[in-house]
Amino acid sequence: MICIKNISKQFGKLIVLKEVSASFNACECIALIGPNGSGKTTLIKSVLGMVVPDSGTIFFKGMNIKNDWMYRANIGYMPQIGRYPDNMTIGQVIDMMKDIRRSIAALDEDLFEAFNMKNLLGKRMRTLSGGTRQKVSACLAFLFNPEVLILDEPTAGLDPVSSEILKQKIEKEKQKGKLVIITSHILSELDELATEVVYMQEGVLRFHQSVEQLHEETGEKKLAKAISKIMNNPLEA
Amino acid sequence: MKKIIKYVIADILRNKIVLAYTLCLFVFSFSIFNLEDNTSKGLLGLLNIILIIVPLISIIFSAIYVYNSAEFIELLVSQPLLRKQIWISLFSGLTVSLVVAFLLGVAIPVCIYEPTAVGLTILIVGVLLTIIFIAIAMLATLLTRDKAKGIGIVILLWLCFSLLFDGLVLFLEFQFADYPMEKIMIGISMLNPIDLGRILVLLKMDVSALMGYTGAVFKNFFGTSWGFASSILVMLIWIFVPVVISIVRFNKKDM
Amino acid sequence: MNMHLTILLLLFFSVNTANANIIRVGKKNIATITEAIAIAKRYDTIFVEKGIYKEHNLVIDKPVYLMGLDKPLLDGESKYEIISVKADSVTVDGFRLQHSAISSIVDYAGIKIYNKHKVTIINNILEDTFFGVYVQYGIDCVIKNNTLVAHQKEEQQSGNGIHCWKSDSIQIINNTVSGHRDGIYFEFVTHSLIWRNFSHENLRYGLHFMFSNDDTYITNTFEGNGSGVSVMFSHGVKMFNNLFRKNWGDGAYGILFKEISDSYGQGNIFENNTTGVYMEGASRIDFQKNTFKHNGWALKIQASCMDINLHHNNFIANTFDVATNGSLVLNNFNENYWDKYEGYDLNKDKFGDVPYHPVSMYSMIIEKNPTAVLLFRSFITSLMDKTEKIMPGLTPENLKDNRPLMKPVL
Repeated sequence: MICIKNISKQFGKLIVLKEVSASFNACECIALIGPNGSGKTTLIKSVLGMVVPDSGTIFFKGMNIKNDWMYRANIGYMPQIGRYPDNMTIGQVIDMMKDIRRSIAALDEDLFEAFNMKNLLGKRMRTLSGGTRQKVSACLAFLFNPEVLILDEPTAGLDPVSSEILKQKIEKEKQKGKLVIITSHILSELDELATEVVYMQEGVLRFHQSVEQLHEETGEKKLAKAISKIMNNPLEA
Repeated sequence: MKKIIKYVIADILRNKIVLAYTLCLFVFSFSIFNLEDNTSKGLLGLLNIILIIVPLISIIFSAIYVYNSAEFIELLVSQPLLRKQIWISLFSGLTVSLVVAFLLGVAIPVCIYEPTAVGLTILIVGVLLTIIFIAIAMLATLLTRDKAKGIGIVILLWLCFSLLFDGLVLFLEFQFADYPMEKIMIGISMLNPIDLGRILVLLKMDVSALMGYTGAVFKNFFGTSWGFASSILVMLIWIFVPVVISIVRFNKKDM
Repeated sequence: MNMHLTILLLLFFSVNTANANIIRVGKKNIATITEAIAIAKRYDTIFVEKGIYKEHNLVIDKPVYLMGLDKPLLDGESKYEIISVKADSVTVDGFRLQHSAISSIVDYAGIKIYNKHKVTIINNILEDTFFGVYVQYGIDCVIKNNTLVAHQKEEQQSGNGIHCWKSDSIQIINNTVSGHRDGIYFEFVTHSLIWRNFSHENLRYGLHFMFSNDDTYITNTFEGNGSGVSVMFSHGVKMFNNLFRKNWGDGAYGILFKEISDSYGQGNIFENNTTGVYMEGASRIDFQKNTFKHNGWALKIQASCMDINLHHNNFIANTFDVATNGSLVLNNFNENYWDKYEGYDLNKDKFGDVPYHPVSMYSMIIEKNPTAVLLFRSFITSLMDKTEKIMPGLTPENLKDNRPLMKPVL
């Protein structure tokens, strides 16, 4: 569904992405992991067209995204830090997004209800805590029933209950056959969700394997351990 | 696109500064017409507002607004929207709000006290300068991500256009006083929208003084309908060029 | 007693006999005015009926009253001087004259007066004449209620409307002159009066005035002339309640005073001129209760002027009030009203408490470098003007009004 070919990106002198290639398909749940500053978010933003790569191409459903913009209607994006216009209320932000998207598909308001957002609609964005912002971001990402979900550190800042709700939602969407891309530092929470693992380091895609394959190769059930095992043994990578 | 413009305008109106700006302009223009015993002195005061205050407010307000809307822009960019449309919407929203503010604040007193060619020219120049400085501000915000630095840049730009440029021109004039500079001066004045606007008003306000020999050269250029049209055209270019450059840059901008 | 009566009767009869004859010119009577003049006696009246008369050059060589009925037309066919007055006490009344000859050697005119006294030119219309009314060595002549229209294109090939040369005691009253080189031209004319004339859109000056002493002009309007009005090399000039409007151009002045002395101006209005009044080498002039309005420069006064006393004048909405070219000031500018004055009158004596400096720094700059006019009213020039007001460096410090009026003079 998403095909990335040799993309590179440089911010000033800092090389953020270096000849990254990957391909993600429907029904997969990709765990995009790597240390801080390894280029995960830049990769995601490149897919979303928010960052323009210096070279390389990205295809969405076989179409080059370079001069396209409608493909983003098929993506739900939950940013790492949800930043919204300070003066707007939650209700206004949600209404605006509905207005802009003009989606014909039925709205998915599961999370909206699960997080009990109704009581918060009148609150201004600037007064919200980080956790509540994350909830808004999550609601918006799932609201339009997109085929692809890109979630950047989805559970950071969420309380355990909400975190669990979100995880269940992700699982549900995966079952429906959607492509889910998640980045996270907390590898343990990806254990139950991920079907594929993409590991990035210093702008280079180190490996891309299915979880089963990983388990087989390393003999470890836990993702964290499996990864560290591979990393300690660079030859295998 | 209309929707985004609508949200931008709603957002601008929500933060009250534009309302305060409108009110200030209104009170100021009314009071200068009331305080001065002849309207031509009132017009002079108004001219100063239009050549100094209007560009300053337009450029600073637009820059701050664009910086403060970074989140909003980021949100929009991740949506199925054309970047060009987002940027033009932002520009249009700012233009509509500030132009309406300017017209409400200045056009009403002018229509009451001075519904003449001078008054009309002042209004046209004011509107054009507002839009030009919004365009310049938006281009300037793309030069740096740092808000403080960005606002510094736009203040510097304003200072260049309103003061330093004229100082330089004056200096050049004295350096080359022995050469026929009239035609060159017309060209140079095209490089500064504030000067261009000022000259357009001057031609209506100080016709008598401008009818001297040198003045007549200027009058022959700017005073004809062709000259007037071309001055307006140059001012429109001053809007168009920064907007186009900023669209190109915005298309490549990383969020 | 008897003696007196006899003289009176004698006088009565002599006048009576002189006016006895009336000669009519027209279709049913004598065909041409030339014939009529030939048969006329001194002080006869000649009535000319409506019609077109091509008299070539009509010479009036005896004192007659030539009266046009319903404006008969005298056509010079662009070949002749139309009327030549070569006798004293001639009156030309109620004619329409057109197409005089044009020459660059001879000053052909519509009506020319040759060295005569007491000639009256009244109620005539002159169209397309080279010179309109030309007076040379005339004394006690009256030129009244005439309309002179020409459409001349070049200064070199055009004549003046009312042209007076080496004359004395001339009265020029209520004429309208346009399209000539100079509307009214005076050279070596003394003790004369110019009153209620309207001189407009002439190529050069509305009024041109040289070596003409002790003349007065009152309530005239000079509008839109190529270079305004010029008064030069004369003394004893008195001007009251004239209006000078819309004289635009580098060398155009509402009025140019050059080498004028012992003169007086009051109640004149200078409006919308590039320069209202320009004074050069003028001395001992009293200028009061005049109004300067909407001029580029209300007053340009060169350093060569002295003892000019300007007081109780109004300076309103001028781009610049006063400009000068030097720092020496031998003139008095006190007690005028300046609308640009920003001081206060705290002691309520109707005079501003601090002096007003009518020369702005920027007007000095423009004087030196005319191109700089393009920067006028810009932020930087306002700043410079304000600084100069606080610490005068460039502008002449003595050129100031120590007692500026707070209210305009009515």
